[in-house]
Amino acid sequence: MRWVLAIAWLIFLFSIPLWLDNLYFLHILIITGIFIIAAMSLNLLLGYTGQLSLGQVAFFGIGAYASSLTSLGFSFHILPNTVVSLEPKPVWFAMLMGVLFASLCGWLIGKISFKVRGAYFVIVTVSFAEVVRLVALNWLELTQGPMALNNIPYLRLGFPGLGEIAFIGKVPNYYLVLVVAILTYVIIQRLVYSRVGRAMIALRENEPLATSVGVDVTRVLVFATMLSAGLAGLAGAIYAQYVRIVDPDIFLFIYTVTMVIMVVTGGKGTLAGPVVGGLIFGILPEVLRGFEVMPEVQWIVYGVLMILIVYFLPAGIVPAMRAWLPGQAGHRKERDDESRAAAEMRS
Amino acid sequence: MSGEAVVLAIEDLSIRFGGLIAVEQLTFDVREGEVLSLIGPNGAGKTSAFNAITGYIPASGGSIVYRGTRLNGMKPNEIAARGVVRTFQKTSVFGGLSVFDNVLTGLHLRGRQHPFAIMLGLPRVWRDEKRLRRETEEILHLIGLERLAFETAASLPYGKLRLLEVAVALAAKPTLLLLDEPVSGMNPAETAEFMKLVARIRELGVTILLVEHDMKMVMGVSDRVVCLNQGRAIAVGPPAAIQRDPEVIRAYLGERYLRAQG
Repeated sequence: MRWVLAIAWLIFLFSIPLWLDNLYFLHILIITGIFIIAAMSLNLLLGYTGQLSLGQVAFFGIGAYASSLTSLGFSFHILPNTVVSLEPKPVWFAMLMGVLFASLCGWLIGKISFKVRGAYFVIVTVSFAEVVRLVALNWLELTQGPMALNNIPYLRLGFPGLGEIAFIGKVPNYYLVLVVAILTYVIIQRLVYSRVGRAMIALRENEPLATSVGVDVTRVLVFATMLSAGLAGLAGAIYAQYVRIVDPDIFLFIYTVTMVIMVVTGGKGTLAGPVVGGLIFGILPEVLRGFEVMPEVQWIVYGVLMILIVYFLPAGIVPAMRAWLPGQAGHRKERDDESRAAAEMRS
Repeated sequence: MSGEAVVLAIEDLSIRFGGLIAVEQLTFDVREGEVLSLIGPNGAGKTSAFNAITGYIPASGGSIVYRGTRLNGMKPNEIAARGVVRTFQKTSVFGGLSVFDNVLTGLHLRGRQHPFAIMLGLPRVWRDEKRLRRETEEILHLIGLERLAFETAASLPYGKLRLLEVAVALAAKPTLLLLDEPVSGMNPAETAEFMKLVARIRELGVTILLVEHDMKMVMGVSDRVVCLNQGRAIAVGPPAAIQRDPEVIRAYLGERYLRAQG
């Protein structure tokens, strides 16, 4: 039953560009998809290890900047007469660099998070994102600051039998985002139902008990943060080669907030939560725009809906839907995760 | 059991919190396969000693040696990896997870899964998961929780919750199990059940260090008893001798206990 549903969903998602001829709406779906990947990466930290990273956008932006700079090439002075420079590299390699560099930053933040938890972790991540934004804004020689990085090359990939595909325009990018989102989902799913995922959940549930059965807190948190940062960086790298312009506004706090809203309303600590929350809050603004009301009204509706969801479904939409739908006994494990989330929200 | 080898040697252990001395120059040892109980009035330093042995608080002085390895300064998870696993005085489980998942999580040290193998979905990860699930079932069977396997831990009655704690600790495959007041709050029937469980755990070859106030339990399961008072060991010996030790009676058991025992 579950399989049939999943396949039906996949067919639907893959068929969208075939019947949707509104390119603007396809653009919205691409951007929503990129945000969903970022939201899934945030969910890994917030939902499974229980650490709220309010600097997720930093990893997203670092991925975007690092991949753009690698594909454009750069040169800057570290000393008055010492220049570091890089020739332009292929985009796939640049994107890989974006992921690796974001992971490296995640590793750093993870190392710090060994010392600080909870509110302090939030502060560290927020500050990190702000520092990175200021660097991007002021390091003119490298990032061109507010003038932005322009003309970022798009991705070209050679496929056996298909020749080279250039990811320019909406349709190829839609498929790129879709495939990466599915892979991200599968990777997180595999992790959650493994020894590593259980260790993350154990830390969220009861850290002293987790360590008493041998869970290495530092290792698990560093790994989770690295992976989360890498996935956010991947989303950023895709974003950069799609919109082909990156400026320091990519680090704005509002984007982190958007990711948090997607995760929390959808259901943190559930696999489908960020996807459902992401679809709702990614597409909603466009739907509201369709009603041709004033922008203020749009934002008020957006805010009210968010408050209503959080107020009436504290664990998120996905857990609430599971509770309504009967015959899910086979998926008790997931349900348990969610009832816990609900209990946590009430207390 | 007196001929058995010493597995855990505590020597001159001191624990201070600022100016407060919780444990001072405590020396005792635990021998292979025995059940050793720590008793003493509240504040005698029993739980502090537990916390120091398992790495949750640093020892201010002295040494803790387990099977030739010095445990001082190690992290709790490193100590657990050496086979020294504890339960907590205040009931401690993974409340939001099912009973089954609690034990499965407890098997952390038994798992052999590399993160990259997990992400690639390699078959050996899947095989390892199957093995861990089988082991989980065995542990649930041993503890007698198999019928509650899919209940959420937080919904269990108190007595079962305390059993689950032991199940999670056992999942870590301890060679030395430290139980911190496991029967506190249990009714007499539950306590009697628990004593049988302790005997079953012993049969697995697990050495047990117990902190407990329930004297029936202590006298019933222990091979030896160490009585602490104000951070020092005031008496060590078999339960029968400890029960009659005048200093133990004065510091902890009280005259009334003696009269009640006849």
